[in-house]
Amino acid sequence: MSGYDIERLSRLIGMLPPAPAAWESAARELPRARRELDMLVERAEADAEFRRALIADLESALRAEGVEPTTWPLLDELRRRVR
Amino acid sequence: MEAARDPREAAPRSTAALSAELSDAKLVALCRGGDEEAWGALVERFSRYVYAIAVQAFRLPEHDAEDVFQEVFARVYERLDTLREDEAVRPWIAQLTRRLCIDRLRAGSREVTADTAELPDGPDEDLLAQLEEAFDVHDALARLPENCREILDRFFARDESYRAIGEALELPAGTIASRISRCLDKLREAFEGRNKPGTAS
Repeated sequence: MSGYDIERLSRLIGMLPPAPAAWESAARELPRARRELDMLVERAEADAEFRRALIADLESALRAEGVEPTTWPLLDELRRRVR
Repeated sequence: MEAARDPREAAPRSTAALSAELSDAKLVALCRGGDEEAWGALVERFSRYVYAIAVQAFRLPEHDAEDVFQEVFARVYERLDTLREDEAVRPWIAQLTRRLCIDRLRAGSREVTADTAELPDGPDEDLLAQLEEAFDVHDALARLPENCREILDRFFARDESYRAIGEALELPAGTIASRISRCLDKLREAFEGRNKPGTAS
């Protein structure tokens, strides 16, 4: 184990810097975002007007529902599912 | 979602504490049971690794790396039930990340050279091997006392200055170097102990 000198350990610690905080935060939020996605899709299936609003301007429709689209991790999937 | 939590545990746990105290297999089992704190801990445990594979080994530009990063965790979340052995989550995530990076490189290459069969450069395999080692070192680091964990991570992984560390941790700047040195000694002891035959966790 003499190969693990201080210099090598230091270099190995430095090889894994943190991912950008916003990326990690979005990944942590996946369970909540998944629940929101399921609710939005369910509502779009039951409410034609809401579905039209989502298709016409997804970002604005999400904001109206209290979901911030710029940090919401499932935007593409929602777009696919309500198409 | 119903949290699959040990009923004996009353106090809320931080994701950092969870991440340090649970094995990969236990963390996966908790995530599969719908424990959102455990999911946060899993993201914390693997986020640097996924990021490093995408940015360092595959040299993806930041916006592509972000897409890969989010896609990796989305798939892990969706497909955790398909993982055959819970303790194999790390190689599974590594494989998934590599595959998505390759897809991203191929897609980019198709856009640039649509009329050729050229494929982009593959990953730096030597660097990938070093990232595995780096993950093991961080795993040992996570088990050190918080004061050592913080100071080593801030100095070597976050590239913070003595002054910034001193301010953040309320330590005299003149003591930072000696603290780093002592903590590195502790890390080496912990890491070597961890890797001795018969002491594997």
